[in-house]
Amino acid sequence: MAVVFEKPKALTDATLHYCPGCTHGIIHRLVAEVLDELGVQGKTVGIASVGCSVMSYDYFDVDMVQAAHGRAPAVATGVKRANPENIVFTYQGDGDLAAIGTAETVHSAARGENITIIFVNNAIYGMTGGQMAPTTLPGQVTQTSPYGRDTNTVGFPLKVCELLSNVDGATYLERVAVNNVKNVKAAKKAIKKAFTYQTEGKGFTLIEVLSTCPTNWGLTPPNALKWLEENMIPYYPLGVYKDKYAEEAAK
Amino acid sequence: MADKVLMKGNEAMAEAAIMAGCRHYLGYPITPQTEIAAYMSKRMPKVGGTFLQAESEISAINMVIGVAAAGKRAMTSSSSPGISLKGEGLSYLAGCDLPAFVVNVQRGGPGLGGIQPSQADYFQATRGTSHGDYHMIVLAPNSVQEMVNLTFQGFDMADKYRMTVMLLADGTMGQMMEPVSLDMGEVKTYDKPWAVTGTNCEREHNIVNSLFLKPELLEKKNFERFEKYAYIEENEALYEEYLMDDAEVCVVAYGISARIAKNAIDAARAKGIKVGMFRPITLWPFPKKEIRAIADKVNSFISVELSMGQLIEDVKLYTECTKPVYLCNRTGGMIMTPDEVLAKIEETVGGNK
Repeated sequence: MAVVFEKPKALTDATLHYCPGCTHGIIHRLVAEVLDELGVQGKTVGIASVGCSVMSYDYFDVDMVQAAHGRAPAVATGVKRANPENIVFTYQGDGDLAAIGTAETVHSAARGENITIIFVNNAIYGMTGGQMAPTTLPGQVTQTSPYGRDTNTVGFPLKVCELLSNVDGATYLERVAVNNVKNVKAAKKAIKKAFTYQTEGKGFTLIEVLSTCPTNWGLTPPNALKWLEENMIPYYPLGVYKDKYAEEAAK
Repeated sequence: MADKVLMKGNEAMAEAAIMAGCRHYLGYPITPQTEIAAYMSKRMPKVGGTFLQAESEISAINMVIGVAAAGKRAMTSSSSPGISLKGEGLSYLAGCDLPAFVVNVQRGGPGLGGIQPSQADYFQATRGTSHGDYHMIVLAPNSVQEMVNLTFQGFDMADKYRMTVMLLADGTMGQMMEPVSLDMGEVKTYDKPWAVTGTNCEREHNIVNSLFLKPELLEKKNFERFEKYAYIEENEALYEEYLMDDAEVCVVAYGISARIAKNAIDAARAKGIKVGMFRPITLWPFPKKEIRAIADKVNSFISVELSMGQLIEDVKLYTECTKPVYLCNRTGGMIMTPDEVLAKIEETVGGNK
């Protein structure tokens, strides 16, 4: 019988621990499909971060390192510098990447490290039970912004792709979402381009993926997808924020 | 006999690291150890290695984690406030059982402190530096030659035991110039089947990790790690004794303090005082059996140190407080003279004899 659908080889058989309706599973799958399609599973090293995706080291069937909170790009730098022939990626959430790890993020981009960052932005700290994240939207209610994020007292969300687009060392930055089929397909295309660039030695690539957290948003999975579309995408517009090689080709 | 060259401690140590096969130096500038980074930035490109100036001490130690996880020899160096920042990474290195070589060229503290030599990070180095149950091997050189030898040996110990080896020097050791031999011999290499180098789709994936959510599993990991530590305590303690055969007073000192104390001991001997020195070279593991045996022979101990009494706690602990232990110290970047140590020795034995 013809196989019409199967699990990517770059995923293990482990059962994901993510909550129902969480889109981490989709993003894991997209990364794994890309590693399969590029034929790089055997030479890939992933860096798991601290947050809900900490146990991604059990899910990706590639060599993995679990990094301290925010430090994944520094660990990835070490791995890549030690063995440049490896394909190295980090998988980080918004608290990890855009709060405690801001310096590591910005400076790995500034150095133009030839690594790929998968940045999952769900506007909340999931693992610790729903606290305000650096990407929590203005007015958004979380456990530590119970009256809604007040930008007068706690400031504004960080727009990571926009921020990094000013960093000369960054090669390719794109923001995608996984809230519908069309966007999932676009997300895969972006992730594939990022890893392809890395195989070609083209430098720092980061894909920001807008993701849902139904549990901590207090929404059903379908309503969470709707909330993402109506609230997150307007604040965090999808698209390519930098593509050095497309820009050069256009010249 | 190999030719000797005149080198500064920090630079000689850096060259020894290269000779030990280290090709990845990840650091951040801080006085008084910046010569190490400067030397590495010149040398690493010449030997096909990587020199990287990180954006922070924290990032530098995490780059070390990445290189070590990938199976290569890595080092970083810093000075006291910078080592505090590296604490997180040192705990992760221990939790992941990764080898690393870390240099602390100590300066005065606490806080930003000063930039003059100090030994005030003894507790920090020997008590683990950061959170969780763990140890590092701590090596304390007292000459440029020993900085070289212990660096070469330290990289080997790190790989052998899959743990962090810290070279605990001070501003004086780093800055002083002495003739050294760089004849180090062969580098021993270790298989690292646990390293993250890519599965090549031929084996189970390797995971370098310190997260164990099941307490019974985490406890088991810690018990296993401490079995390794017990073996190291039994087999790797290094020390030197000086004029201890007939000594009635034992000076205990490491690093630059031991150099100063040695002059004082010679002067005391010239006055007929029976004094000798016990110099721990490994601060962890502390040579505890040896110092306990000395406690049965001498009348008293003097801990000579550039801190407010940190080494003295281990002297009391490992001699089981069987004999009085006196403190002779300066701190904050001040260094005692041999005369100050001599005066303490004379005071201890009750005046000139």
